[in-house]
Amino acid sequence: MHIVVCIKQVPDSAQIRVHPVTNTIMRQGVPTIINPFDLFSLEEALRMRDAHGGEVTVLTMGPPMASDSLRKALTFGADRGVLLTDRFFAGSDTLATSFALSAAIEKIGKVYGKADVIFAGKQTIDGDTAQVGPGIAKRLDLLQLTYVAKIAAVDPSAREITVERRAEGGTQVLQTRLPCLVTMLEGSNEIRRGTLNDALRAARAEIVTWNAADAGIEDLTKCGLRGSPTVVKRVFAPTARQERATIIGEAGDNARDLADGLIATLFARKPALEPALVASGCAA
Amino acid sequence: MTEEAKKPAAPAGGRAGMKKELPEHFKSYRHVWVAIELERGQVHPVSYELLGCGRRLADKLGVQLAGAVIGPPGEATWHAVAETFAYGADMVYLVEDPVLKDYRNQPYSKALTELVNTYQPEILLLGATTLGRDLAGSVATTLRTGLTADCTELDVDDDKSLAATRPTFGGSLLCTIYTLNYRPQMATVRPRVMAMPERQERPVGRVIQHKLSMVEEDIVTKVLSFIPDGQSSKVNLAYADIVVAGGLGLGAAENFQLVRNLASTLGAEYGCSRPVVQKGWMPSERQIGQTGKTIRPKLYIAAGISGAIQHRVGVEGADLIVAINTNPNAPIFDFAHIGLVTDAVRLLPALTEAFVRRLSPHNRDKLAS
Ligand SMILES: Cc1cc2nc3c(=O)[nH]c(=O)nc-3n(C[C@H](O)[C@H](O)[C@H](O)COP(=O)(O)OP(=O)(O)OC[C@H]3O[C@@H](n4cnc5c(N)ncnc54)[C@H](O)[C@@H]3O)c2cc1C
Repeated sequence: MHIVVCIKQVPDSAQIRVHPVTNTIMRQGVPTIINPFDLFSLEEALRMRDAHGGEVTVLTMGPPMASDSLRKALTFGADRGVLLTDRFFAGSDTLATSFALSAAIEKIGKVYGKADVIFAGKQTIDGDTAQVGPGIAKRLDLLQLTYVAKIAAVDPSAREITVERRAEGGTQVLQTRLPCLVTMLEGSNEIRRGTLNDALRAARAEIVTWNAADAGIEDLTKCGLRGSPTVVKRVFAPTARQERATIIGEAGDNARDLADGLIATLFARKPALEPALVASGCAA
Repeated sequence: MTEEAKKPAAPAGGRAGMKKELPEHFKSYRHVWVAIELERGQVHPVSYELLGCGRRLADKLGVQLAGAVIGPPGEATWHAVAETFAYGADMVYLVEDPVLKDYRNQPYSKALTELVNTYQPEILLLGATTLGRDLAGSVATTLRTGLTADCTELDVDDDKSLAATRPTFGGSLLCTIYTLNYRPQMATVRPRVMAMPERQERPVGRVIQHKLSMVEEDIVTKVLSFIPDGQSSKVNLAYADIVVAGGLGLGAAENFQLVRNLASTLGAEYGCSRPVVQKGWMPSERQIGQTGKTIRPKLYIAAGISGAIQHRVGVEGADLIVAINTNPNAPIFDFAHIGLVTDAVRLLPALTEAFVRRLSPHNRDKLAS
């Protein structure tokens, strides 16, 4: 089996700060990480390879420093890292991103063997769109399985895969044909630590680096800002609400008095709450 | 090279200042559509919320509002059609076919793509649910158009473009996104971000039926079974009337029992902030906020939650927010309505007891006598 995993290097957004006065992003010194959602897909890819043999190629599009994320993926046990980097990709929205990645996946297929399964993260923590996976699938004319909670079975010889997929109000058990694109649900597994061997190999590994031409992309108008139908017109801070909370209790107050006081205030503000609560049968 | 490609690079700010020159073949695209999410006979309420928002956009543009209903032949699908009218649509585009019994990407994206190509809406809205996101990404890519995910606000600006506003940079800022030269302009919106419109008893209006040229043999993916959620795991946070939530301030996993106790006393749902999920104290479907659920309860009680912007955006639709926090300067007091500066671990049990005392019919009778 050849399994390709698309990952993204993202700023550790928990550490992004917005300048309080200028409302600009203070990116300096913000560490980068592999998009956390991608790790569930990477782990599943590694398990699939371990069970059925083959190779895992990890692919990312980004600036040259995104090779750090690929190297990190190699320490977990991935076999190969491919970095797609070119200034023509700058400013890509999801449509342009899925174009570039799908071109790279086709090229990977030519160089290293056609992929049987392609994994992508469910969504990224910086873009949050959940569209790149489905976009790649469409571009490559593959079947897609998104929000997968569990890969129930893979049969490489029958070219079949069976998964449990999260749907509204339950779980769909789906069977489809390989090759296909899968995005894993968060919490579906836990990323392995990787062996010492993996770490040594990762440190020495050469990251395959391709620009647009290397990836066989001829039509640059489909890349980057130019290939992106969406345009960010305005970035602004959310407006603050004027009114602050009415503080009705302080630390020293007796808890029982506070609780009674809160309930009185609640029902005074929203008289409809009381009958609603009683009607809902609570506290009976 | 296209005309556009010959132009010099846009100045700083990217193409933001660029004038819209809609290609000729897109000029006939009109009307606002909502893709009605129908899964296993149920319409997801987010579709009605989107009809409410779509109505506003259509009125502003002076065009019609339509629902795209895709489902198997039968009563449930026609019920969805009727409800789409009841929630404000002027017309419905309907694709009915046995292969549409369960949601599968292949037939659904084909159905929606064909509808769009045939009837040419200028705006297409979908819910940011598992179904909506699975479908929207495929359809937008097939149509090679723009799609803005998880919008918190939709509007039409002076030149009649869709202005889709969504959080950016980890939720600290908002950005407004346009789809300039492509149609339709697509956006997804999460459940509960838009208010539910008033339902009106209205007769079924104009329904345009479209035939899907697909048979079961064409569809590679098979649904082997469907396992409905057990009663216990059916979390209905987004649509709960009362929500009690705890944050990192509760200090320990055990203390979340206090949150659950108060919630069960009130017949409420319970939730939490993100770090609580990251610590494994609560499952991820309980997370409230930008990357969790958006809620719109009548009453929201937040215990030990600081009120970071990413949490705030998920709860701003609540009618009444009560915050319990030991730090009088916690940001949550900037948007809560009622605040208690105190230890939540101490207050929650007292509050549960007080509600029991106040609300138990038995006790009421005793008080009255
Ligand atoms: C991209 C991104 C997405 C995010 N998405 C979400 C999201 O969806 N939802 C979300 O919630 N967060 C989200 N966050 C995280 C968010 O920024 C905050 O870190 C988080 O909401 C803080 O959680 P908290 O208030 O529980 O914890 P803390 O920030 O640690 O605050 C704990 C609070 O409890 C108070 N406290 C301490 N002890 C007590 C006590 N005994 N009694 C009462 N109060 C006490 C403290 O004063 C403090 O205000 C996101 C962040 C990023 C970067």
